Amino acid sequence: MKTRGTVKGIISNLVTIEVDGPVSQNEICFIDLAGTKLMAEVIKVTGKNAFVQVYESTRGLKVGDTAEFEGHMLQVTLGPGILSSNYDGLQNDLETMEGVFLTRGEYTRPLDLEKQWEFVPQAKEGDEVSAASWLGEVKEGWLPHKIMVPFSMTDKYKVKSVAPSGSYKVTDTIAVVSDESGNEHNITMMQKWPVKVAITAYKDKPRPYRIMETGVRTIDTFNPMAEGGTGFIPGPFGCGKTVLQHAISKQAEADVIIMAACGERANEVVEIFTEFPELIDPRTGRKLMERTTIICNTSNMPVAAREASVYTAMTIGEYYRSMGLKVLLLADSTSRWAQALREMSNRMEELPGADAFPMDLPAIISSFYARAGIVNLYNGSTGSVTFIGTVSPAGGNLKEPVTESTKKAARCFYALAQNRADKKRYPAVDPIDSYSKYLEYPEIIEDLKKRISEDWVDKVLKGKNIALRGKEAYDQINILGDDGVPVDYHTRYWKSELLDFIILQQDAFDKIDQSTPLERQKFMYNLVMDICDQELDFDNFEECSDYYKKLINIMRQMNYSEYQSKEFNNYLEQLKKEIENGN
Amino acid sequence: MATKAFQKIYTKVEAITKATISLRAAGVANEELATVSGRLAQVVKLKDDLVTLQVFEGTDGIATNAEVVFFGEPPTLHVSDELAGRFFNSYGQPIDNRPPVEGEKRYIGGPSVNPFRRKQPSELIPTGIAGIDLNNTLVSGQKIPFFADPDQPYNQVMAQVALKADVDKIILGGMGLTNDDYLYFKQMFENAGALNKIISFVNTTEQPPVERLLIPDMALAAAEYFAVDKNEKVLVLLTDMTLYADALSIVSNRMDQIPSKDSMPGSLYSDLAKIYEKAVQLPDGGSITIIAVTTLSGGDITHAIPDNTGYITEGQLFLRADSDTGKVIVDPFRSLSRLKQLVIGKKTREDHNHVMNAAVRLYADAANAKTKLENGFDLSDYDMRCLDYAKAYSRRLLAIDVNINTTQMLDTAWELFSKHFTKEELSIKENILNKYWKTA
Repeated sequence: MKTRGTVKGIISNLVTIEVDGPVSQNEICFIDLAGTKLMAEVIKVTGKNAFVQVYESTRGLKVGDTAEFEGHMLQVTLGPGILSSNYDGLQNDLETMEGVFLTRGEYTRPLDLEKQWEFVPQAKEGDEVSAASWLGEVKEGWLPHKIMVPFSMTDKYKVKSVAPSGSYKVTDTIAVVSDESGNEHNITMMQKWPVKVAITAYKDKPRPYRIMETGVRTIDTFNPMAEGGTGFIPGPFGCGKTVLQHAISKQAEADVIIMAACGERANEVVEIFTEFPELIDPRTGRKLMERTTIICNTSNMPVAAREASVYTAMTIGEYYRSMGLKVLLLADSTSRWAQALREMSNRMEELPGADAFPMDLPAIISSFYARAGIVNLYNGSTGSVTFIGTVSPAGGNLKEPVTESTKKAARCFYALAQNRADKKRYPAVDPIDSYSKYLEYPEIIEDLKKRISEDWVDKVLKGKNIALRGKEAYDQINILGDDGVPVDYHTRYWKSELLDFIILQQDAFDKIDQSTPLERQKFMYNLVMDICDQELDFDNFEECSDYYKKLINIMRQMNYSEYQSKEFNNYLEQLKKEIENGN
Repeated sequence: MATKAFQKIYTKVEAITKATISLRAAGVANEELATVSGRLAQVVKLKDDLVTLQVFEGTDGIATNAEVVFFGEPPTLHVSDELAGRFFNSYGQPIDNRPPVEGEKRYIGGPSVNPFRRKQPSELIPTGIAGIDLNNTLVSGQKIPFFADPDQPYNQVMAQVALKADVDKIILGGMGLTNDDYLYFKQMFENAGALNKIISFVNTTEQPPVERLLIPDMALAAAEYFAVDKNEKVLVLLTDMTLYADALSIVSNRMDQIPSKDSMPGSLYSDLAKIYEKAVQLPDGGSITIIAVTTLSGGDITHAIPDNTGYITEGQLFLRADSDTGKVIVDPFRSLSRLKQLVIGKKTREDHNHVMNAAVRLYADAANAKTKLENGFDLSDYDMRCLDYAKAYSRRLLAIDVNINTTQMLDTAWELFSKHFTKEELSIKENILNKYWKTA
């Protein structure tokens, strides 16, 4: 018997329901508004009153309306067909919704129940299995999508039978397993899992030990992201957060990309809908859309579902991780999620913390970031969820609660600087304030040595120092005037400019420059560092700036040319000549 | 809105604050409208049989035995083609001494467009102002505010933009307009002979501030009728959104909500987004474009209102008085149209992007030269030429009284380039440079 209740109070989307039976925290209920069912989640219980946040507008709801509780938390449906889908925060498929406008109370199925999938069995009768064990696979696009023992089955089981190769729907039974007391369980290709609970059906979660290539130079070279790592991008509006995230999503070395558009502009999501089906993934030659899933709760969609959307995205990420895949999860922006928490906390009249955010905001953020990671599965494979979130600090002030809480949780910090954006130096990642903790991990240093070169990390640190010294010199020049400082200051400044223009700046809209493979990054970075090592004596500051401007111009042309093409090599020759002349 | 038969009348008000009243009533729906002593009010809170109503006009003089009548529905607007050319107040009632509009009754503040059904904006909206068309091109389906200080002529610029823009309908949502500005808009529209494509919803400073909370939803409900039902291109003007946000903070304060930054309600971002996100390019050709005004205090864009707005809108336009030329210009550094990449060089001439970037970069060099000059350092020949160029650029292109088409703007820019600079100093892609460089 389901618990039922009656609406007692309404303030915006916070509704109080008097219940006639047991309810649990975070349980889902549906409120009946003249035949339309509004989905809601329990967020507080006092006595017989359950406080629920409604995922839809509560316009027209009355005291006395009835509600029915579902007996489970908000859950997502997991199975083949998730990739290339476009979901809202509650995993409704936006594509199959009717009409131009979103209709309140319209819920659509996340998976196509009619579609046939070519199943190939991998387990056999008698195998010992447990949650997340692979029973077989289907091809989802080009990706092997493992069909697993559902995560909710926490005992040990023996396989009784597995379906032979063939076409099946997601609801068909593809295996039967029996538990220790001999009860049989039918397993289909579809399972459900509550979004707020982490999927932990893996052996262990080691420290991240290899880097994840993103094709963005300022990240890969200067502050590398680790596979299974976490990072965040704070920045005032207009600094290019979204462009940077889109660039990463297009080029990153990942099998699956999940983008949570959380409380952001709808036109940005439209851009993904329009462009991704056209773009080709350079690594696989397949359409980018085939490896991408969008979870979209734009800023005008109901606020409560915004909080759900990041959890929905993370759960889907963990599901694909259990198949031994590399998942990259991007959320834009986590500040909107925090604001959604603030709105609810406010309506529940909780005592507020800083800037009226709930007191437990840091805990909520850090436990969310903790769900990312690279994991060793029981069958010896590894899978990973790498998470990069953006933060939209109020007034561009990085001392606000969301940025500060995130800084404690995330290992990479890509600070977007207003002054770089003003000068159109994109990506506006500040080379001095930003950091990657992974650069200090011995495992990662080993990986970089193996993948790039023995002296790589030392060179990167040296480059960072050049950027810092260049900035100091620039400040002095500004105070004392061009002639008021030794020429040496100009040299220092121009070396940092060279590094900035050639390595740190990157044109996200240029076909070639937008993505730089590691090999090419290594080549260009070594070139830049060689020039920086060159000790030159200039007679005056104009001679100095002319020299480096010339080099910058040639090397920019190189960045715009196909790597090692004739054009590229011509510029390289030209560059070498200029360097020789300089000596 | 006449009283219907058999409506129950309540006359026992239990609590009165400056903006709200509470009473006991049964069967009342959330967000339902009512009248309290003839004043419009809306249900904002329900607890058992205790109903709290927000009285738009304020509660001055409301008595505990005031008559409260519920309508049984949220705020509505009657929509039809008859809306065109009409002036309304915050409640959608005519203020032009003409009869009410007949038409289908629609709830205002309706649902959002399914993001998957949206189309990517791709149509340019020319305005004739080079500071906009050349540097910060507007695109249909875009939402963009003017960030301006209260002393700047933002309403005039906006009226000018609206009248020049090639759209089917213009809808004005005036919030806290001074009566003078209201009459200015009215006169501008009449003089331009464009009244038949304009619809106005106006709340002036003479009217209670809380009323203006209805204005954006009214204006956008009308916009959706023309854009969705009639596939028309609609331009919505919202001025001034800062006063709208101030009204939000008044209400949240009266309801004992904990304020967040700058004493704004914690939900400010969502409240503003609900309005701005109505801007849309629809699949059947209709579109809603929103140009708004957000007044700043002392140019401070870190204040919660412009800050939240900036995160929602697709760019912003800054007005600035240029002391060198004595003109009001669209500031090329701080202004931004995020959607311009979708049209420039595609719907305009191929050199648009290159010219725009070069012109702004050289203008930045001029700003540096100016700083040098002010700090007493010597100027180079290049610096001097930059300063000359900046004056001409400001007068002939950035000033808001310029009115030419995009091709003329590009030609003007090339003319200025060749007058003040060498080809090398432009550093524009070779093939473009050779094609458009003007030999004097």
